[in-house]
Amino acid sequence: MLKTARGLCAWMLGFMCLLVASSALAEEAERWKFNMTPGVTPVSQDVYGLHMQMFWWCVGIGVVVFGVMFVSMFLHRKSRGVKPANFHESTWLELLWTAIPFVILILMGIPASKSLIELYDTEKSEVDVLITGYQWRWKYEILGEDVSFFSNLSTPRDQIEGHAEKSANYLLEVDEPLVLPVGKKIRFLVTASDVIHNWWVPAFAVKRDAIPGFINDSWAKIEEPGIYRGQCAELCGKDHGFMPIVVDVRSEADYRAWLDEKKAAAAALAELTEKTFTFDELYAKGEEIYNRSCAACHLADGEGVPGVFPALKGSPVAVGPIDHHIDVVVNGVAGTAMQAFGEQLSEVDIAAVVTYERNAWGNNMGDLAQPLDIYNHKQGK
Amino acid sequence: MAHGPAKGFTRWLYTTNHKDIGSMYLWFSFAMFFLGGMFALVIRAELFQPGLQIVEPNFFNQMTTMHGLVMVFGAVMPAFVGLANWMVPLMIGAPDMALPRMNNWSFWILPFAFAMLSSTLFMQGGAPNFGWTFYAPLSTTYAPPSVTFFIFAIHIMGASSIMGAINIIATILNMRAPGMTLMKMPLFVWTWLITAFLLIAVMPVLAGVVTMMLMDIHFGTSFFDAAGGGDPVLFQHVFWFFGHPEVYIMILPAFGIVSAIIPTFARKPLFGYASMVYATAAIAILSFVVWAHHMFTVGMPIAGELFFMWATMLISVPTGVKVFNWVATMFKGSMTFETPMLFSIAFVILFTIGGFSGLMLAIAPADFQYHDTYFVVAHFHYVLVPGAIFSITAGVYYWLPKWCGNMYNETMGKIHFWLAFIGLNVTFFPMHFSGLAGMPRRIPDYNLMFADWNMISSVGAFLFGAAQVVFLYNVIATIVSGKKATDEVWDNPEGLEWTVASPAPYHTFAEPPEVK
Amino acid sequence: MNLSWPNNPITALSVKLGLTVCGMFVFAIWIMPPLYDAFCDITGLNGKTGDKYEVVDTAVDTSRVINVQFVATNNEGMPWKFGPEIKQMSVHPGEQAMINYLASNPTGNDMVGQAIPSLVPYKAANFFHKTECFCFEQQALLAGKDAILPMMFIVDQDIPEHIKTITLSYTLFDVTDRFSKDELLSMAHDGL
Repeated sequence: MLKTARGLCAWMLGFMCLLVASSALAEEAERWKFNMTPGVTPVSQDVYGLHMQMFWWCVGIGVVVFGVMFVSMFLHRKSRGVKPANFHESTWLELLWTAIPFVILILMGIPASKSLIELYDTEKSEVDVLITGYQWRWKYEILGEDVSFFSNLSTPRDQIEGHAEKSANYLLEVDEPLVLPVGKKIRFLVTASDVIHNWWVPAFAVKRDAIPGFINDSWAKIEEPGIYRGQCAELCGKDHGFMPIVVDVRSEADYRAWLDEKKAAAAALAELTEKTFTFDELYAKGEEIYNRSCAACHLADGEGVPGVFPALKGSPVAVGPIDHHIDVVVNGVAGTAMQAFGEQLSEVDIAAVVTYERNAWGNNMGDLAQPLDIYNHKQGK
Repeated sequence: MAHGPAKGFTRWLYTTNHKDIGSMYLWFSFAMFFLGGMFALVIRAELFQPGLQIVEPNFFNQMTTMHGLVMVFGAVMPAFVGLANWMVPLMIGAPDMALPRMNNWSFWILPFAFAMLSSTLFMQGGAPNFGWTFYAPLSTTYAPPSVTFFIFAIHIMGASSIMGAINIIATILNMRAPGMTLMKMPLFVWTWLITAFLLIAVMPVLAGVVTMMLMDIHFGTSFFDAAGGGDPVLFQHVFWFFGHPEVYIMILPAFGIVSAIIPTFARKPLFGYASMVYATAAIAILSFVVWAHHMFTVGMPIAGELFFMWATMLISVPTGVKVFNWVATMFKGSMTFETPMLFSIAFVILFTIGGFSGLMLAIAPADFQYHDTYFVVAHFHYVLVPGAIFSITAGVYYWLPKWCGNMYNETMGKIHFWLAFIGLNVTFFPMHFSGLAGMPRRIPDYNLMFADWNMISSVGAFLFGAAQVVFLYNVIATIVSGKKATDEVWDNPEGLEWTVASPAPYHTFAEPPEVK
Repeated sequence: MNLSWPNNPITALSVKLGLTVCGMFVFAIWIMPPLYDAFCDITGLNGKTGDKYEVVDTAVDTSRVINVQFVATNNEGMPWKFGPEIKQMSVHPGEQAMINYLASNPTGNDMVGQAIPSLVPYKAANFFHKTECFCFEQQALLAGKDAILPMMFIVDQDIPEHIKTITLSYTLFDVTDRFSKDELLSMAHDGL
């Protein structure tokens, strides 16, 4: 008996050593991520501390309560021939186990209250970002800098549908990340344009509801440069799981450079609006935009979802007058899921996507839209 | 004078007998439990691995919504009402419920409500897809057309619950046998009395909130529409003013069941009966002032956050008292571990684990990380599955011999227990980890870092589902061909229900029993 | 008809409980929303700003400067161009200030918009007074027209010391379908 136990111990010990020695261990630990991130802001580290503190309190209480329970389950069994006691009341015991948890609660609550007060202090920010939730993308605007852009999921449909291997940042990657400077107090102003969303980046412990018609605020002082990822944390419709958040935190100088780059890109885009494109250029770009912004509802083959999202293949809009087609894309259709893309996509993008929709999947209208047409349409001409 | 049940289907359609109605409630909830379970398995199958394999995201959202609604309103609540129908008159020595005709009515409208709710799955635009919490404006301006049917279904379920609650209160307050004072009532009766008052208070609020939705959708009001001066956050306040007491509606009767079972199998009276009653009442009262802890990230003023944080933490005191009392009941008892006891012990342990994660969630700053992640999903499944479902299962095993006169198969009961216990923990424990690692709830697809935990959860879910098939088989086998049970069934159990024959005659306590 | 209180205790209790149910339903629909609004007014919850303000104290506190930021969001399906003329300004508490928002309707349809204000920090909501605002009523714009929408405000002298920045947000909603064509035309801005 003893021998078997010793053998078993040795075997287990050997196995443990093997596991520890294995270089795969670190990788495994990474794969089996099981705890909250301590994050990279003073608040997130506080929150992590509170979380762990609460966890150990719970473990402690659990050990005591379950300990007593398991001991009595083992000792006070009928099969051991025990006769039951008959006590069933004790006022002092009741008072005691009301009072002790009460004291523990106060010990738990005080640091939590302190953290909460810190978390709510949004004054004296150095960078203000307006974040607007849309079905199903985020819009960022750096206040006072004239930089504003949409951030869309960039994971290809092929990966989602299992036709291609999933990359490491599957569903947590976007076309345009939000860039922020390190070490500055950043205030996030959060709102939404349709339903309630929630902007959450675990590494900052920032999670705020984005509510249409209302504005919310939160803040973070990010202490380490890096790329941080998060997701929408409030059910917001079909593609709730497909509107990630990526924040790229850089040094002050790099952040400034990014701002300049953004402004230059906006100017270049304005210039492109004046340009006349060939059909092939528009069609190729249109396909790319379509798959990113339209295919989630109308599907990549333009078939749509019957009863929910209309097909574009042979639809009266796509094979009808081009002005109406542009109007639908720019201004949306009131009372339906078709949103106004006028603000979300550039003139070039809209011209491209309209051209694509009119000529893909056998629609073969043969006509095209130029960015200037879109610009004029937006101006009401 | 005494006569048996009528023959044929009309027996069930016209019955006013509390035992018949109780049985119908229980079978109905069992059916809904399987339906809701199917929806859950669709969810778990889709989440088995990353990528979209089985269902479209929109249908996935319909599944999460229908799973929640069917389990809460179709499985758990009717099961407790069914148990109350069967057991409350037997426990207080009453011949029947106080309002037998209303009792028939409150059951028979339920199947129609759920038929209507389920039919939305086949409608154009699909079933409700906005989560069982149906936050506006996703459930109003942006809802599928089937939302109107959803609203009416909720109205009917609410009416059924309200009628059930009125009936139970009227029965308990008016029909007790002479000598059965309030402080002599079994704890199941007490917890149901308090639950019924909660239902009376909050089901109309649920009716109100869906009525406001209906008016916003069809009659141009703007309760929840910011464009017309309304506020989507108001929806959440009103919903959770209903929703939090609702959570206790689903757990207080469970406390009562477990408080009946543990003393029987510990062969020792319940420890701290009076403190159990007071703790239940305290939990019920506190449940009205904690609702906004579901909304910590909504942008409340800090004073509000602090108030709701402290009030929520306070609830753990009376809940703790209950757990301590159950442990003290077991302590120095003479325990045996039949199936009802196993489920009750699992209830105490796992419900306490759910309570711990609840306490962690109450800490507002930490909730900013937990909110709307799988940590929350793990939390409420730990309180609802081992809490409500296990206690109902324990109750069924405990009283089934009294209901049908036959003893269930103990081995199969134990197999059911261990399958369910393992399945449950394999399903829901990893959800703590995926939630802490950052996985939001209600998403049909996820990053690879959550893949392993999700795969384990899915395997556990199918195991848990299989366990319930064993349960169904065991119940049917017991009714059809179980061994004859004695009138007492267990070893000297306490309560008037054990003084009547097994199976309980169609009419009991025509003459009020004597209560010592 | 003479309704007497039922003698049967079960009936009496059921009637009482039924009345409680009705009371709670009334509470949910007719009492909770106004109560919530009143609560928001008092606490500034959700940053809803108040209605038109009558100036009571004209003293300007030049010792303090409050930075006011203006942001604008179009709700889904609202194709107007809408935004503040300037993105931020500094004011002294008590000082009368004015900001213009610009709106234009580029579509081929006559439309009505409603701007909904919200501001952070919520504590400032009760200290931010509007003496004139386009958000007090709906704005109608004919197809292709645009308009200047003025807003005049005063930051209260009693605003808590720690508040240095106020962010005022307007979300513009399309409420065209709440109005008839005639109503719309009578409301419409003349355009520029």
